[in-house]
Amino acid sequence: MVGSRTPGRQILNIYLPLALFVVFLLFPFYWMSIVSFKPTNDLFEMKFNPFWIQRFTLENYLYLFQNTAFPEWVKNTLIVSVISTAISLLCSILIGYALARLRFPGSNFLGVGIFLAYLVPPTLLFLPLAQIIAKLNLYNTYWALILTYPTQLIPFASWLLMGYFRTIPKEIEECAMADGCTRMETLLKIILPLSTPGLISAGIFCFTLCWNEFLYALIFMSSGSMKTIPVGTVSDLIKADTLFWGSLMASAILGSFPIAFLYSFFVKYYVSGLTAGAVKR
Amino acid sequence: MIGHETVSSSGGTVKRYGRWSLRRLLERESSLGIILMLPGAFLLMLFMAYPFFLGIWLSLTDSMIGRLGHFIGFRNFIDLFHDSIFHQTVRNTFVYAMVTVPFKAMLGLALALILTNRMRFSNPIRAAVMMPWIVPTALSALGWYMIFDPIFSPISWLLKSMGVITKNVNFLGDPNLAIASVCLANIWRGVPFFGITILAGLQAVPHELHEAAAIDGANAWHRFLHITIPAIRGVVLIAALLSIIWTFADFQLIYILTKGGPANMTHIFGTYAYQIGLAATDIGQGAAIALYMFPILSVFAILLLKYLRRE
Repeated sequence: MVGSRTPGRQILNIYLPLALFVVFLLFPFYWMSIVSFKPTNDLFEMKFNPFWIQRFTLENYLYLFQNTAFPEWVKNTLIVSVISTAISLLCSILIGYALARLRFPGSNFLGVGIFLAYLVPPTLLFLPLAQIIAKLNLYNTYWALILTYPTQLIPFASWLLMGYFRTIPKEIEECAMADGCTRMETLLKIILPLSTPGLISAGIFCFTLCWNEFLYALIFMSSGSMKTIPVGTVSDLIKADTLFWGSLMASAILGSFPIAFLYSFFVKYYVSGLTAGAVKR
Repeated sequence: MIGHETVSSSGGTVKRYGRWSLRRLLERESSLGIILMLPGAFLLMLFMAYPFFLGIWLSLTDSMIGRLGHFIGFRNFIDLFHDSIFHQTVRNTFVYAMVTVPFKAMLGLALALILTNRMRFSNPIRAAVMMPWIVPTALSALGWYMIFDPIFSPISWLLKSMGVITKNVNFLGDPNLAIASVCLANIWRGVPFFGITILAGLQAVPHELHEAAAIDGANAWHRFLHITIPAIRGVVLIAALLSIIWTFADFQLIYILTKGGPANMTHIFGTYAYQIGLAATDIGQGAAIALYMFPILSVFAILLLKYLRRE
């Protein structure tokens, strides 16, 4: 911005408020991390400064891997997230391409319908959905989540990909089709390679949402070994006594880490993906 | 598709006919468009549209979990009119969704105005401040669960060591503090979403506009008022409507922090529907609670759609 070029003003106008934001937004993570590295007894030691680690330990993490079903939760979360993401991406590519490129009866109506589906919250559907899952005998199976998660992912991913597909000039496709390519071949060989950034951000978006999902997983996966990380952590690691904090925080940190890592790696793609719906139209 | 099915039953000419017809279906825009919509539409119909209508049916019955009930008309909806916990739930939900949004929007705007400056490490900083929005809410809520704990709260420790208080604050146990505490956690989670969305809006403003205005003698405040604000108004409105819809229909943050307590002072539609419909197994009544969200959500969804259309 103009007007804040001198170093003193820059610190006052930019870096000081930024520091306040960083402290506010990251403090819970800092707190969770230090608690996860403390022996439980130190939490009760009132003379210790709670904002720092006095005695470092990995016992909470060891406990997590040796005495809880945490490794299975990781496996479950991974399986469900990867397969749901793949299904959602596939469906969204097809929908996005159809809405971006093809004129067919009802396409406008379907486009609006897909957008509205993006706004339908899980809390509106979870009770009847629980009955459907029961009727299909899918309780405590991966399919309960693999089949229901895409309904939360396809709408946004389709809109995102539709936006990307529209930025690709039609002429490229028309040339390819004049040279004898079929529609599906142009989609596979021309459109998809050209929309790699869009595919990556849609993929990250889907994977993150699957990994983070809570309500459906809480209801559909009640057996201990079938839980996902968020559900297992919340329902199995909070205990009646007060000695659970270390392993609880360790699980929360480990469960957040893959998303934090994935995201910081692809920050640019994700930011463009997150804002595409709001900015690109 | 019928032409395609005959492929397996007979050979030769029919096969060619079948391929030809499938091929034609895949080449004609009108049919290909519908074919491409099918897989996603199938999942959305089965696991979104169908449960929606099943929910309406359930809400009109006295079903319990595991036992399909009888049609009882609007009794579930009428009963809720006389349910004081439901009244409290409605009030809580409006506070939770409406009071938090201005805070999220203002803080998000401030964050965006900071991040739009050119600075070192801007990508890692952006990634860092996005974390509350990115990581699983159920897990970060556990951090807040401990921050608000009556014994281990670092806020209580800090206030005590500064001599402001003598006894620990019971953030989630006190009815008035509880709703404020869950709102704080919600604001914390939502600020990055507003921040990044507004940041994208800011970066769409041509730099020349600012420079031209500066040359014409507009100071920073005037440029903010007359260039920045009009340019990002749309983005802020869209983010606010989305945020209201999501917060209105939230579940996990409250479920983890308070489960709706103390004395139902933090129940919102989602947690109350869960408690009645699953914990108390009265799934018909629970479905009715959830459906009460529908008209309100529809209003915001229509506003959003209208606005996006106009743009």
